[in-house]
Order: sequence, then C-alpha cells, then structure tokens
Amino acid sequence: MIKYAYSGSGLKDWEGRLAGYDKKFLVHLFRDMLRIRLIEEEIERRYREDQMKTPIHLVIGQEATSVGCCAALRKEDLLYSSHRTHGNYLAKDGDLKAMLCEMHCRLNGCAGSRGGSMHLIDKSVGMAGTSAIVGGAIPIATGAALAAQIQGLDRVSVVFFGDAATEEGVASESLNFAALKKLPVIFFCENNFYSVQSPLDTRQPAREIYKWAAGYGIDSVRVDGTNVLAVYEATREAVRRAREGGGPSFIEAPVYRFRAHGGAGDDSQSGYRDPAEREAWEKICPVESCFQFLAHAGVMDAAQREQLHAEITREILEAFDYALASPNPEEKDLYTHVYSN
Amino acid sequence: MPWDEGLVNSLVYEAPDPKTGRVLGYAKAINEALDIALEHDPGVFVLGQGVDDPGRMFGTTKDLQEKYGAARVFDTPLSEEGMMGVCTGAAMNGMRPVFMHNRPDFILLAFNQLVTHASKYHYMDNGQTTVPMVVWAAIGRGWGSGAQHSQSIQGLLLGVPGLKIVMPSTPYDAKGLMLAAIADNNPVLIFEHRWLMKKDGMVPEGFYTVPLGKGVYRRHGKDVTIVGASHALEVALQAAGKLADEGIDAEVIDLRTLKPLDEQIIAESLKKTGRLLVVDTGWAMGGVCAEIGCLAAEKWFHYLKAPVRRVGLPDVPTPAGYTLEQFYYPDAQKISAVVREMVKK
Repeated sequence: MIKYAYSGSGLKDWEGRLAGYDKKFLVHLFRDMLRIRLIEEEIERRYREDQMKTPIHLVIGQEATSVGCCAALRKEDLLYSSHRTHGNYLAKDGDLKAMLCEMHCRLNGCAGSRGGSMHLIDKSVGMAGTSAIVGGAIPIATGAALAAQIQGLDRVSVVFFGDAATEEGVASESLNFAALKKLPVIFFCENNFYSVQSPLDTRQPAREIYKWAAGYGIDSVRVDGTNVLAVYEATREAVRRAREGGGPSFIEAPVYRFRAHGGAGDDSQSGYRDPAEREAWEKICPVESCFQFLAHAGVMDAAQREQLHAEITREILEAFDYALASPNPEEKDLYTHVYSN
Repeated sequence: MPWDEGLVNSLVYEAPDPKTGRVLGYAKAINEALDIALEHDPGVFVLGQGVDDPGRMFGTTKDLQEKYGAARVFDTPLSEEGMMGVCTGAAMNGMRPVFMHNRPDFILLAFNQLVTHASKYHYMDNGQTTVPMVVWAAIGRGWGSGAQHSQSIQGLLLGVPGLKIVMPSTPYDAKGLMLAAIADNNPVLIFEHRWLMKKDGMVPEGFYTVPLGKGVYRRHGKDVTIVGASHALEVALQAAGKLADEGIDAEVIDLRTLKPLDEQIIAESLKKTGRLLVVDTGWAMGGVCAEIGCLAAEKWFHYLKAPVRRVGLPDVPTPAGYTLEQFYYPDAQKISAVVREMVKK
C-alpha cells in the first residue's frame, strides 16, 4: 500500500517558465544533482568494504533539495544541517576530496576525522555546522542569523532538517524566536515521511508541516522537493525576504529517500514501508526527471549527459584514491582543539 | 523574603576597609563587568529571562539596556534549550553572548545544546569555529527554594570536555572572572550563589581579569587544607576562624575555577598539611568533592596523613521547608567537627 504518494506535478508545467533562466545555470543544476547521485552510489558500493567506518545517511532521491536551495545562496551564506549531510556539503561547494577523507577518518578530512559522515563541517564554503541530534542545528542557525542581524550583515543562514525535527521542542522555540526578532534564517524541512522506520502518521497529527510553521507568523510554503527549480525559486524568495529584513521563512519540501535511513541499500522489505511506495517515487526521480525536462526543452542532450557522467566518474575515482592514500591522525591529534586559546 | 534576606545579610561576615580601596557590592561588581564588556566589545550581548525587568537579575544587569539598547541587552522567550542554541550559533559567528539565568536549575533544560553542541563544536570541526559564550546562573537557597530552585549543578558538568566552570566567592573575583570568562574563547559557566549577592568587597575600577584555572589562598595554615569555592568557601572560612581559636590551623584555598582545576595549588598545600577536606555547594557524591578526593588518592596519596574528607550535600534532594533544610546544608559547625576528627591524634 502506498501511504505517502507523490503529490506534485513534476517539471512538465515549467517549460513556459524557462525564459528567465540561463542555459548554463540549468545544466549546472543538473550536473550538481548528477554528481551527488554518482558520489552517493559510489559510497554505497564501497561501503561494505568497511574502509569508511562512519554511519552514512545517503541522500539518493533527495538531491533536488540541496542543489535547488544552495543555488540561491551566496558562498558566505551559512548552511547548517542534520546527520544527513552529504548532499548539503556537496551542493554548498564542499570539497569532494576533503569529504571522502573525512569519511575515511583521515587527518586531512574537512573536520580532521573528528566529524565523520554526520559532521561534514567546512567553514571555507559556509558549511557551518551540523548536528546528529535531531533538530539540534535549528537554534544554532537561528543564532547565526541573530549574529548577522546584530553585526549588520546581509548574510542568511539556512538550516536543513527532516520532518521529525519539527516534533522537537527546540524547533518550536527557534521558530518563535526567529519570528519575534525577524531573523534572516530559512528553515528548510525535507519531509521524507519517515523518521528512521517510523512513519509520519504515528508521530504527527494529520496536518501539513508548513502550516504548523505558519502558526508562528513565519512565511511558509510547500514546494515539490523533487523539482529543483521549484526549490530554487522558493529559496530565492526566502533569501530575498531575509536580506531585506523581512524575517525568517519556512520551506517544506516533500521528498523521498530511496535508501534506508542509514547504511547502504534500501530496507523497505523489512515492512515499515511498502517497496511499491519507493518504486513509485523512483519514477519521479529528481535527477532523471530534470534531465528529461532539460532534454525536452532542448537545453541539453544525451551526449552531454554522457560527457558529464564520465567527467564526474573520473573525479570520484580520483578522490577515493586520494582519500585512501591520505594519512591517518596520530595519538597526539586526539588532544588538540578541546579548548580554544 | 525577610527570613532569607536576614540570613544572607548575617553571612556578610567582614566588611572590607574602605580606606584601602573601593568597596562595592557583589551584584554591582558583576554589573560593572558586564558594562565594561558591552562598552569594550561590540560582539558582547546580554540576554536572559528578566534581564530588563525591574529586578534586573539581582541588579547585575541594572541600566545596561538603557545604555546599550534592546538589541544587545534583551529579555528572552522561556525557551532555555532554544536560547542556548541561539547563543551557540551567535558565538560561532563572531559574537560573545552572556546568557543569564536566575537559577542553574533552568540550565538543565538546555543540556542538549550546552553539553552536546556548544562544548563540542570546536573539537568536532577540528578547531574551525570557536564558541565564546558565558552562561551565568545564581544558585538558590532558603525560603522554600526547595528541590527545583536550589540545585548546584557544577558536579554534573565537571566531566564535560570543552566546558569551563567558574565559581567566584568575592566581589573582586566576580568582576574579574566575569571579564575573563567573556574574553575566553570557550563556553564558560559561571555559578554564583544567591547568598553572596549582598556581600561587599574591594573592587578596582575599570578593566581587570582574574585568570581562569587559578586558585588562591584565603588563609594560610599548617594542619589541614580546606578547598572549595563560592558560598561553601565562605562557610569554610567561618569554620577556620573558629578552629583557630582551638589551636587548629587550617589552610583555605578558594579554587575560583573548577574546570580547569588548579591542581598545583592543592598539591602544594597538601604537601605541607597532609590533610584534605573538600567542601562544595553541591552533592558530595560524584561531584566536585568526589573528583578532588579521587585526585588526592591518585596523585598525592604519599602526602596524606589522614583520610580525605568531603563536606557537600547529602545524596538527597533539597527539602523546601526550613524545618528540614536546617539538617540539609552543612554549616561551619559541621565543617569544624569534620576537621577536628581529621586532626585528632
């Protein structure tokens, strides 16, 4: 039984709205999504080799949210995230080698091997902080926005979290405070309907999450999380509002994870969700549907896709080789950065 | 709260000599520190439930909002965890928040952000960000404060890497440690005691700091070393005065900072006296007393002439009624009795 069906209308209605878009930008969106997909698939393929001793949370199926959102941000805008960080980090222009070194617990990982998959933190690209405690980064992004407001900067902070994070008290506290102070923060909720293996209807009453957020007096929208352009435009509007002093925004993007909560492979067959549900969502895969759309609109073709595919694959293999050849931390490294001087 | 106030006033045991320096009240000393920090550094802001209400957090935040504006000194929603996270995020981005709480009990609501986020980001991201923030609270006692308005939670936080814990006992230290805590690049907790708020003491004008992690001798002696901080030290000093009349010579060390701990000063004194009593405003079990007692067993066993003793709270919640409370908090008599046992030949 399909409990959580796709309710969007895909990209088909968007052809008439492409006039304002630069072709290069559109291809870039597709490329970024394809790159995340291919990286995640390679991580998944190699995960059982046990070289990456870190709990992974793959974003396969959720590429459009990270890419669409980050396309509307500046480098100096801050992105905060949850345990599911790979897509966020890559979309925010994170360094693939630094990411894979981190996943292999190497000294030259983006967080020096202290973070692992759940804490891909890299200030140089504005990947400012993550939390493996559900909802934990929400007040921190709110505080970053408070800092920008006091400092008179037009910097925006964005925080990614899942549907379950909205059940945490701290989410309510943060939305209340952000609305009170009109802070330049964007609350980005990827609603993938399951918290680990617990479905949304065992955790929340039957109401829409973005309407809950609207109750705090925050501009809230729901966008199709499989549609990279819809995500981009919603974020662009939220960013404009934040920079103009209009306060916070809340974006709910229904989307589906094609894999298990954690680890490699899908676990639908264990019974918490119907494999048919995943298969239905796979038919509107954000990467594939974007390509079909762009190809139909004459923006790119299959040959170009092949070329991107080859280019990205080379980059990935090289980055894995680099990570595997990178140095491990030593015992003395355990004791650095407990305190700052 | 006349009963409470009476007790508080009775504990201001020695008025400083106004001829040798400027005398200031404890709360005013903190107020001055915040004023200087706000003026000195545009990154500093002060927040907390009631910091701009008529009581002004025991007077520690008096006039600050008028002087620095509501953007930098402001009341908060009743969202302890959320606001602790907001402070963390602001601190990670160039600000130095000072988050004030009426009672440490309310900080327990924010342990997720304090213990699992603020204290760990600098380590988790390999030193990319710092989290310079101060979390301040005044321990309650008396007049029915009871189980939920009197907790001394420093012992619960002692084992958290990345945090610093400060417990001043004089107005001089309250100001100097506050300024040092604000200047520090790590999350620093300051636990004051409600009963010290009316104490007067010598407080220099202008900017100065008291270094974190450095204890100080409050009294020199040769028979026994008493270490502690905050209000527990006040009581220990009263006991030491009484014991001196009996010919027992106690050395009293004010730790001022519990984390990092000044082990050197404890070792130095213990080498001389061979006897160690640890006093604390918190529970004896698993807290400050237990940790320092263990250190003595581990590192300074060869100095010891008698078993280490501790005087903290019994393993019991605080009763609200004064009828039971009188048996709960250790007083100078209790400390004196323990010391007498320790020095008995």
